[in-house]
Amino acid sequence: MTDIATYNFAYLDEQTKRMIRRAILKGIAIPGYQVPFASREMPMPYGWGTGGVQVTASIIGPDDVLKVIDQGADDTTNAVSIRAFFRKVANVAVTTDTATATIIQTRHRIPEHPLTAGQVLVFQVPIPEPLRFLEPRETETRKMHALEEYGLMHVKLYEDIAKHGRIATTYAYPVKVEGRYVMDPSPTPKFDNPKMHRSPALQLFGAGREKRIYAVPPFTDVVSLDFEDHPFEVQTFDQPCALCAAENVYLDEVILDDHGGHMFVCSDTDHCEKRRADGHRGHLAPETHTVPGTHPASEKMEPAQ
Amino acid sequence: MTDEPLLRVAALSKFYGSRVGCDNVSFDLWPGEVLAVVGESGSGKTTLLNCLSTRLLPSSGTASYRMRDGQFRELYRMSEAERRFLMRTDWGFVHQNPADGLRMTVSAGANVGERLMAVGDRHYGKIRATAVDWLSRVEIDEDRIDDEPRAFSGGMRQRLQIARNLVTGPRLVFMDEPTGGLDVSVQARLLDLLRGLVTDLGLAAIVVTHDLAVARLLSQRMMVMKDGRVVESGLTDRVLDDPRAPYTQLLVSSILQV
Repeated sequence: MTDIATYNFAYLDEQTKRMIRRAILKGIAIPGYQVPFASREMPMPYGWGTGGVQVTASIIGPDDVLKVIDQGADDTTNAVSIRAFFRKVANVAVTTDTATATIIQTRHRIPEHPLTAGQVLVFQVPIPEPLRFLEPRETETRKMHALEEYGLMHVKLYEDIAKHGRIATTYAYPVKVEGRYVMDPSPTPKFDNPKMHRSPALQLFGAGREKRIYAVPPFTDVVSLDFEDHPFEVQTFDQPCALCAAENVYLDEVILDDHGGHMFVCSDTDHCEKRRADGHRGHLAPETHTVPGTHPASEKMEPAQ
Repeated sequence: MTDEPLLRVAALSKFYGSRVGCDNVSFDLWPGEVLAVVGESGSGKTTLLNCLSTRLLPSSGTASYRMRDGQFRELYRMSEAERRFLMRTDWGFVHQNPADGLRMTVSAGANVGERLMAVGDRHYGKIRATAVDWLSRVEIDEDRIDDEPRAFSGGMRQRLQIARNLVTGPRLVFMDEPTGGLDVSVQARLLDLLRGLVTDLGLAAIVVTHDLAVARLLSQRMMVMKDGRVVESGLTDRVLDDPRAPYTQLLVSSILQV
């Protein structure tokens, strides 16, 4: 314990955590509303999840089990660093297993495994204002939210259809929360939008540089905006995951060589590993000797020391 | 014409500190009537227009507007939400510079459709059909519907701005020098178009202009302003043919004869 004595539990001081928790509570009370908060400097650059880290630091307790994903993956730099950070400053257990985690901090994905009541999903948000690129004045966008003037949001979707014949927005797809506020779901693929609708998990959004926190409480309506004659639809893939043969999941394209070789694999690494451990095989899966039923991911659970 | 005015303005004044914007202006505007406000630069006509369209709050005085339900509402006591709603449904505002009234980075069709979407229209096909209809009414080719206004000439931009304002069927349109900055042949076509639209739709309009010819062509009634005060008002033809106030006489005699 001596090596963490120089930090307060979970890095932030208690007054800061109280301030952030107040913002979170206000956000939960007004679903989809962007609550300003006094964002702190964190030991990482803006754009790397300073908002999400502050939210996580404010809600995490010694008994929590933390999972961090970056574009669905548990093993990329951002995810590994943030996981290591909280292991060091909060000494909490960390995991890659979606089901056992109590707090999941995410950059741009919602796990494929359905979330359950009691879990908290913390999003890292670069630009919380969905109207930003349509109306640059913050004074004006705030007024538009206050007066529920959201015609402009549909102007963007109109432009998509006029230019591309369909709604071409594929990520950061605007949603209406509980019939009131239009919200940017952070740059998650629109594939994940339906998972937000009436999710049993609490969803918190932190934007560090922009100093905003917002929230979607459990079992809240989250409806993607669309036109009557151009309804909202998610991306579809014409082939299953090359490693675990999963269908109806979000896939990443992986380049294999310099000759145009590529494969599509699950963006959610935990989901993919579990499926392979259960014996599912995609057409490019390497031969392994894993005994079906043993989850390699669950072995990655690192308890608090 | 009905027996009640659309807009009642009483003793409207706007001061900028000790300077006068407009002082003690009163008039009634009737449905379907076009009122021109003329005067030289700095005479307070734009201040008056901005006060009436609630873009500015006056220092004193009242203006009441007859809503679609027939009830008069005091404009400066409405909530901001109500005023903004009025602004994008029952009213229009045509700026002198079209860039102020248009979204320059979205297509012409979206510019026209924005008001429809703002009042809850959610059917792409219908919005687009309405946009096509309105573009043809303001003489813009249908194949320009997906172009941005940046690619339009000044006259086309102004016509697009007019279409954008009229698409929700407003009853009252404010115009600030609608033909300013256009060359004379384009001006003539625009005036012709405006006159046709105003008559066809039975619009009431308040047109601010320093160009007496525009006032003569468009308006039935006019007010002449000088130093923030109304020096003369009456039927347009009467004021221009038989000016009574010395300043109006000066203004009318200043018109260049070619």
